[in-house]
Amino acid sequence: MSRLLAAALIFLTLMAAPLRADDTIKIGHYGSLTGSEATFGQSTSNGLKLAIAEVNAAGGINGKKIELVEYDTKGDSNEAGAVVTRLCTKDHVVAVIGEVASSLSLAGAPICQQNGVPMISPSSTNPKVTEIGDMIFRACFIDPFQGYVCGKFAWENKKFKTAAILLDQSQAYSVGLADEFEKAFVKFGGTITIKQQYNKGDQDFTARLTAIRGTNPDVIFVPGYYTDVANIAIQAKKLGIAAPLLGGDGWDSAKLCEIAGKAIEGSYYSNHASPDDPSPIFQGFVAKYKDEYGAPPDALGALGYDSGKILFDAMKRAKSLDGKDLAAAIAQTKDFQGATGVITINDKRDAVKSAVILELKDGRPQFVTSVKP
Amino acid sequence: MADFLQTLVAAITAGSLLALIALGYTMVYGILKLINFAHSDVVTLGAWTSLTAAMFLLPRMGVDLAHPAWWAAPLVLVIAMIVCAVIGFGIERLAYKPIRRAPRLNALITAIGVSLLLQNAGQLQYTITDGVKPIAAGVTSERGNDPATIRLQTSVTIAAGERYVLKITPKGSPAPIDRVLTMPAGKYPAGADLRFDGTIGRAQSREASFQLDQIFTPLRLPFGKTPAVAPYLLPPVNIYPDYPRYVWRHEFQSSFTAPDGSQQPMKKMLNIAVVDVIIVIVTFVLLTALHFLIYHTRLGMAMRAVSFNTDYAALMGIPIDRVISITFVIGAVLAAAAGFLYSQKFSLQQTASYAWVLLGLRAFIAAVVGGIGNVRGAVLGGFLIAFVDAFGSFYGTYLFQNANSYSDVLMFGLLIAVLLIKPSGIFGSATREKV
Amino acid sequence: MLDYAAKPRTAEPSWLGGLIAPAIVIALAFVLYAVVRPITDDYYARVAMNVGIAIIMAVSLNIVNGYTGQFSLGHAAFFAIGGYTAAGISYYASIELWNSPAAHEGLFNAQSGLFLLATIAGGLVAAAAGWLVGLPSLRLRGDYLAIVTLGFGEIVRVLLQQTNNQLDSKAKIAAAKWSELFPPPLNAARSFINIPNITNFFWVTLMVGACLIFAWRLKRSTFGRAMIAIRENEVAAEAMGVNITRLKVWAFVFAAFFAGIAGSLYAHLSFQLNPGDSGIQRSIDAVIMVVLGGLGSISGATLAAILLTIGNEWLREPTHLWYYVLPLLVLRLIFWPANRMKAAIGWLVALGLAEGARSLAIYEGVAPGDYRMILYALALILMMILRPSGLFGTREITDLPAMRRKLLNRKSVQRGIEVIQ
Repeated sequence: MSRLLAAALIFLTLMAAPLRADDTIKIGHYGSLTGSEATFGQSTSNGLKLAIAEVNAAGGINGKKIELVEYDTKGDSNEAGAVVTRLCTKDHVVAVIGEVASSLSLAGAPICQQNGVPMISPSSTNPKVTEIGDMIFRACFIDPFQGYVCGKFAWENKKFKTAAILLDQSQAYSVGLADEFEKAFVKFGGTITIKQQYNKGDQDFTARLTAIRGTNPDVIFVPGYYTDVANIAIQAKKLGIAAPLLGGDGWDSAKLCEIAGKAIEGSYYSNHASPDDPSPIFQGFVAKYKDEYGAPPDALGALGYDSGKILFDAMKRAKSLDGKDLAAAIAQTKDFQGATGVITINDKRDAVKSAVILELKDGRPQFVTSVKP
Repeated sequence: MADFLQTLVAAITAGSLLALIALGYTMVYGILKLINFAHSDVVTLGAWTSLTAAMFLLPRMGVDLAHPAWWAAPLVLVIAMIVCAVIGFGIERLAYKPIRRAPRLNALITAIGVSLLLQNAGQLQYTITDGVKPIAAGVTSERGNDPATIRLQTSVTIAAGERYVLKITPKGSPAPIDRVLTMPAGKYPAGADLRFDGTIGRAQSREASFQLDQIFTPLRLPFGKTPAVAPYLLPPVNIYPDYPRYVWRHEFQSSFTAPDGSQQPMKKMLNIAVVDVIIVIVTFVLLTALHFLIYHTRLGMAMRAVSFNTDYAALMGIPIDRVISITFVIGAVLAAAAGFLYSQKFSLQQTASYAWVLLGLRAFIAAVVGGIGNVRGAVLGGFLIAFVDAFGSFYGTYLFQNANSYSDVLMFGLLIAVLLIKPSGIFGSATREKV
Repeated sequence: MLDYAAKPRTAEPSWLGGLIAPAIVIALAFVLYAVVRPITDDYYARVAMNVGIAIIMAVSLNIVNGYTGQFSLGHAAFFAIGGYTAAGISYYASIELWNSPAAHEGLFNAQSGLFLLATIAGGLVAAAAGWLVGLPSLRLRGDYLAIVTLGFGEIVRVLLQQTNNQLDSKAKIAAAKWSELFPPPLNAARSFINIPNITNFFWVTLMVGACLIFAWRLKRSTFGRAMIAIRENEVAAEAMGVNITRLKVWAFVFAAFFAGIAGSLYAHLSFQLNPGDSGIQRSIDAVIMVVLGGLGSISGATLAAILLTIGNEWLREPTHLWYYVLPLLVLRLIFWPANRMKAAIGWLVALGLAEGARSLAIYEGVAPGDYRMILYALALILMMILRPSGLFGTREITDLPAMRRKLLNRKSVQRGIEVIQ
């Protein structure tokens, strides 16, 4: 009896629940919103939500509002596979955005490819991701480009002759970027004095930095995320290491200067856009992000925003929102002004944009030079 | 020489921290035979509470964070200890006490559950106020016009950038209609007309009364969502203007191998920071106090008795529940101290970060290597693990290129080796399972 | 206390009878593959296959943690070892034989044969690793073993991070130097990718069936009973002549073998593998399933694997049934009212609470996804407190009253009873 009653009640409440309106366009996002990588997934999600709010405020796409379907992966590749399948085959999203980590993008991309749903990875730098197929795009640099940019800057602009590398062995991003930097730097004629690895979760780098100090490099290349770089910078300065640090776009966060303070002064990193960039899109994005989330955006937030922007731009141009047409429209993206610079999608479906080198000076990143692709 | 001494300093500091954390594991294990998986999360909590207290409370007490008063650090430490003690007590009472008689695996799963809970609860955004405060009331002055104007009955100051909500109650309507507005800044006396951008809707065609509320910008507690650094509260030493946090520096003459293979001279610095010294001092004080507590007080005797045999201890009239709770609280207090010291030395990762798991894992390994359940063993184990880690990853590179990728392998290898040679740990006494 | 389920049965199955279960599994595998899969949504299919993999993980870990009472926290390491081995074999062999790692059409072809071989090889390599880990269990007991196995998982992760870059063509394999082949080219942290996507309903069902039959038979064999004896009382078991050393190691070997097979299924399902797959989380998930199901209970581990995998997906749904179901379950567990009126009120209160929580969440603009892991953790703690022996205790589904009645009514049993009388 009680079971019947309860079943009836459940049924009634379910019936009473508002039916979802059909005049929206659904897009999917999968990211690590909880767990040890949560910082990254949440930044991306914040940026993406901002882009959606903007496009909806402007009347949506052809009069239809964008609806975001977002799932958490906990940073687990199995969950990534399951939720992408779900986005493609159950929620019937027209496009998928995600993931930050290349390893999870590689788990999701084949599924999008199979189901003919375009996917834009905001920040998976592993070249293999877009090689999966013609439905897979990305909004960020690939490792070889960024490694080359850093190597070139170190050799040509700064005339550094020797470099040490300190990388996170467990992060594909870190391993890939370190490899490409080493290739580029050695090709220019530089020497890698020492290569030190750390592992997921390490916070005390003193022993590794002491070993690096012993080889007296001109520059220390640290291809990691700002979460680790801040500690590395502080500890390097404590050891009296004068050599500047050099890194990639994983550094980009206001948190870096906030955490590392003086220790990070005089270090360089490559990024998508300079904070001094006068472009109204970029400045507007930073202001809005700050307003909404109470903190300035990091690179992942900006890339999440741009992924959304690229997608909506393509939606406006696409013949239909069919997977094939949409993918074709995304592939035609050319000179698109995003928050991370002027983006063109090349024939390998990678975003091509110029990189800037920033120096951390007076507690904020400042423009040094720009490198064309 | 400089390198060796520097690594030694790093090892001693890391060892002190590990010892503090390992004590929490070892005490709980000694009494309950439970791996308290949530212990590392209590450390996390201690670190983040320190940060939150320092950033949130101190400025409101008039402390300049750039030049903190001498009592700021002890105050923050005490706050962290109290918070952790309360949480530690709560965890024991709510999660562990009900399953004390259940199989060990259950206790372990509960511990994992508590750990997951703490990790994920830390990732939520803690917003203190998101309320509204009425600041003015008024009535319609013109009707049917757009944009709308209301006549104020009270004086009001509108600040730039703040958000306001206008509550419009048309005559005869029971509930107000809310509109969030931004308004031109300025000071308005009673009786003045306030103009609003945009429409206030259907209400303007009717007579209505208004209430203007200010929306507070939500106050977000800096806790556990994104990485952050705690304000430095320890005493600065101004001998070296560039690096005020150092106690002592010494320059060594050394050399390095240049790319062309020649030996070039270079100067190497040995640095000992204030925080390193404080970590060692605080750890030493707490360990001494704990040692005194366990071996020279009635409470300590009770704890040892419970650890030796819970049932017999109960028969002797020892209040088991209270002793276990106190053990948990002491463990949590030590964890809070470790968390505070950690927050002064490192920047903090978000609460679910693997960095905390690894810290806890290392501490637990230290406890096992030293002989779990043994307080002296935990301290020794902490130092041993720290030394192996620091010297292994420093000198390992001389052996082969990738050596320091294997520092975790080395640590676990040490653990397995110790367990195989002497399963009860270095300090542990061998126990025979009774038939 | 001896295990209830391990009571000797009145009649041992004949060798012919022993073939019935495998035959059913194979038939079921065909039916699921040919009939059910075509009408299933991809998403549900994926979740179903995840459930299958979770069942293998839970049931195999049950051999160590449940039967033998040893405490392993490194099951994911075997999963990763098996997965990487099998994926390495099938990927490189596919390239050597067919120039491309792409999966072939159809259920039975040369590639699926290769897959089967690779899977078994993965299982065997994992079993070898299991033997290696089983050795210290001779000296260690309880929580020490847990930490060692946990450490083993981390060691495997670090070692996998040291592997060489993946080779993606025949020419590159031929030109590769030895230093590029050892450590094996499994692409370190950058993920081993393009693994042929062969896993389907047929293979999952087959492997799940094999695992379940094996676990079931093992539990009823001399071996299994001896293992359970070790769990119940090691000293007494030894006194009864049980070779503790040998059995503990065998338990690890069996468990690792099937974990390796689960890893292979997973690798050929998810296109990629990365060292993170041997992380702590996956091991802990498996342990949770075993404990939640009831130590030593195959049915329990299976049910827990199903519930947790599906429940995890359920918790994603912001407007889904879980708002109603979860608090209902919790309240039901807490109060367990015997009286119908009280039960009805309980349901109503639960519904009210759930609806309130939902409205509050919507009003506050809270994304329910943020609370997924918190709810999961709370459910875990509550479950452990309220039902410490797990869903099934040490019993099996055949021990449930309804099932027992059915079984006892079977003619063969009736006849057996008559004979005894």
